[in-house]
Amino acid sequence: MEKLRYERPVIKKLETGMPNKFGLRTEYAPLTHIDGVSVKEMINEYGSPLFVISESTIRSTYKKAKKAFSTRYPKVQFAWSYKTNYISAVCNVFHQEGSWAEVVSGFEYEKALRNGVDGKKIIFNGPDKNQNDLKKAIENESLIHIDHLDELYTIIELTENTEKRAKVAIRINMDTGIYPMWDRFGFNYENGQAWDALNKIMRSSKLELMGLHCHIGTFMLTASAYAVAASKLADLAIGIEQKYNHSIKYIDLGGGFASKNTLKGAYLPGSDTNPSFDDFAEAITSTLLNANFRNNELPLLILETGRALIDDAGFLLGSVIANKRTSQGKRTTILDIGVNILFTAFWYDHKITPAQPFTHYTETTQLFGPLCMNIDVVRDNIDLPLLNKGDHLVVHQVGAYNMTQWMQFITLRPNVVMIDMDGKVHLIRENEKLENINSLERVPEYLKKFEL
Amino acid sequence: MKINKNIAISDSGFVFNPVNGESFSVNPIGAEIISLMKTGQAYDEIEQSLMNKYSVEITTFERDYFDFIGLLKQHNLIDTNEEA
Amino acid sequence: MKKRKLCIAVSGLNAIDSPGPGVAVIRGLREAESFDVRIIGLSYESLEPGIYMHDVVDKTYQIPYPNAGAETLLARLEYIHDIEKLDVIIPNFDAELYSFMKLEDTLKAMGINTFLPTMMQFEERHKVNLPEFGKKYDIKVPFSKSIFSTGEIYSLSNDFEFPMVIKGKYYDASIAYNLEQAKSYFNKISAKWGLPIVVQQFVHGTEYNITGLGDGKGNTIAAVPMRKQYITDKGKAWGGITIDDKRMIDLTHKFVSQTKWRGGFELELMKGQDNEFYLLEINPRMPAWIYLAVGVGQNIPEAMVNLAIGEEVIPYTDYEKGKMFIRYAWDMIVDINEFHEISTKGEL
Repeated sequence: MEKLRYERPVIKKLETGMPNKFGLRTEYAPLTHIDGVSVKEMINEYGSPLFVISESTIRSTYKKAKKAFSTRYPKVQFAWSYKTNYISAVCNVFHQEGSWAEVVSGFEYEKALRNGVDGKKIIFNGPDKNQNDLKKAIENESLIHIDHLDELYTIIELTENTEKRAKVAIRINMDTGIYPMWDRFGFNYENGQAWDALNKIMRSSKLELMGLHCHIGTFMLTASAYAVAASKLADLAIGIEQKYNHSIKYIDLGGGFASKNTLKGAYLPGSDTNPSFDDFAEAITSTLLNANFRNNELPLLILETGRALIDDAGFLLGSVIANKRTSQGKRTTILDIGVNILFTAFWYDHKITPAQPFTHYTETTQLFGPLCMNIDVVRDNIDLPLLNKGDHLVVHQVGAYNMTQWMQFITLRPNVVMIDMDGKVHLIRENEKLENINSLERVPEYLKKFEL
Repeated sequence: MKINKNIAISDSGFVFNPVNGESFSVNPIGAEIISLMKTGQAYDEIEQSLMNKYSVEITTFERDYFDFIGLLKQHNLIDTNEEA
Repeated sequence: MKKRKLCIAVSGLNAIDSPGPGVAVIRGLREAESFDVRIIGLSYESLEPGIYMHDVVDKTYQIPYPNAGAETLLARLEYIHDIEKLDVIIPNFDAELYSFMKLEDTLKAMGINTFLPTMMQFEERHKVNLPEFGKKYDIKVPFSKSIFSTGEIYSLSNDFEFPMVIKGKYYDASIAYNLEQAKSYFNKISAKWGLPIVVQQFVHGTEYNITGLGDGKGNTIAAVPMRKQYITDKGKAWGGITIDDKRMIDLTHKFVSQTKWRGGFELELMKGQDNEFYLLEINPRMPAWIYLAVGVGQNIPEAMVNLAIGEEVIPYTDYEKGKMFIRYAWDMIVDINEFHEISTKGEL
């Protein structure tokens, strides 16, 4: 007789004040395949943990966003936010879809150039651009978004030694009614700093004012703040037309659109409540369409949204290392996924599902990562089926920031694979080896020998 | 190690402790273990019958079994008097 | 003529000291003249009294908490609908309304009717947005502000005078008489219901409530004003009396016609020392004391069901004034098997 599938015994006290999950069969569904590829097989081949990027999800998400804006506004351009995920294969999917590049450091700028992006189609943001970076950007006719006056003066200085006119925009910060107000970047709208900078630019013959830029915050849960931002930028643009008879080419609303992740402390899941591309597009484009641009010449609308375009496409596969109980009897499970590679666990309650089918019995579990640090908590409280050592899990919506903010702390960063449109798996970033780390180090001769 | 005699367990996995009025829910294999314990079977016998029925490594079962017993103790479902 | 029989699912069966409206709504439905009912209870916790009141609820199913998301809820409702063939669902908790509104079209396609506020009405009347709401519809509201950190409390003293009311996004409110209290309530309430926290200027005066029903086209189908006579330590009415105040009815008509409110509602009003009515809160559902409205001649639950299934409804214009409700507690004797059934199977 064939033996039955085993499940570990579990007993749960019925708390009268709490609904109990027994009997409700719908709390989670296992995710055994991503784009038709078996999670188990990917782990067998590429190890655990493993980042998986779904190319088809990237492309369909991008198309959805593009459609939301371009059906409402005639001139729309996306620029891929490198900091969100700058693995070249990922960037190039966006470039194939038509995205320009948006970078915030010399490193990212070089990366975009090497990926083959035309310098004219790179937007250079951020407070830290050194002389060399700026020089290159001026020569390549990249779009330099000025953050502060020191940068503006440096650019003016640099243009004295070249024939080229620097193509610039300024970053504007403003009160859009949301908290916290990001006023550390760029020039303030309300107190006149922005006009101050604009006047300086317009009076310089070596600078060409191309556009206006803002980036009002991150993980924005209300689309209406973008309407406020768009109207203030439009207001500035019209003011420039009137004062200098100069039409700017574009308005760049930056990024910050929330993805469908659930923020810690939120009561309802993000997949239900967070605004959609259509909500953001409606708020922004209706404001711009209603603004009184001269001769109805609408500026190009640039969007640098990163998170909302890539979060859904990223999965992190991992395995159970051990099950334990705390001194209070609470179930804890240690995974090979920690905050070293899942940085976003600090602010999201990530959706995590098993990668194999289970019964509907669950246990409330705290998920720990493998680090020897108390802060290494992946989820504080999650109802999961009765996992055994070696079972696999899938963390959903991890495409944004994790593959750029990950740490090389006590261990090495794992493989990243991409599943292409035909379900073929490609290694797009190899796992680190000890040699990679050691090759950067130099041990002085006198420290090479020791006896113990 | 004995389960408290007056513990009531139903087919659907509902456990009621009449001594303190607490209720619990167990999954089928947990219910099976409690039922076997109630009939007075020792650990070895329980292990034998479950190993015959389910596909599981003996080390895995042992670990889970003692974890489960730990929970029963914590919930005051084990008669500690008889144990002493 | 035999009345048609409708299968109606109702949540909010927690007829406890801070009660949900479910049981009162069901009493209204059972007294309906235009239809007969089979009542399906939707419960979250296994000790909601309504689950065990078999002359009130015919059968109860547990449903997942709202924070599990609309998709999970839908899966559960599909299961229930498969067995029960629901005609109408009446959700009665603020926190669950969002998910039901989100599912409105899907449910409609399944043949399940609801009569809920629109997403815009729901968001607009939210505590967080009350100041703008007051401005937009020219209704007096107490000054309030949403805050995101305890640090912001210090700067509040510029705009507020103590006492102030510290309110949670969905539920809970406490009156703070000093900064320390304000901070402590902020922490307590935000831990439970998240951010933001709404700080509202405390208005001295007498509290009045009005429950009603809007048809979604601007018509007030029902409106019954009440003054709380006895308030529990949780701020809930234990006894109340219908009153005859034309200004309250006018304010309700204005609210419904301006917002084109759809569904049941309760307005919480404070009559200040200046003799003006201030709108403290708009609850986007029927209140726990809804049976008082039924008892004085306006069967709001019945009218709401008729609107949900697309029947013509003639607006109520009159009600008995000076009728009271007095709430009482009642101990039921319940077999443990019933608790066992709902706890392990999620159905009873």
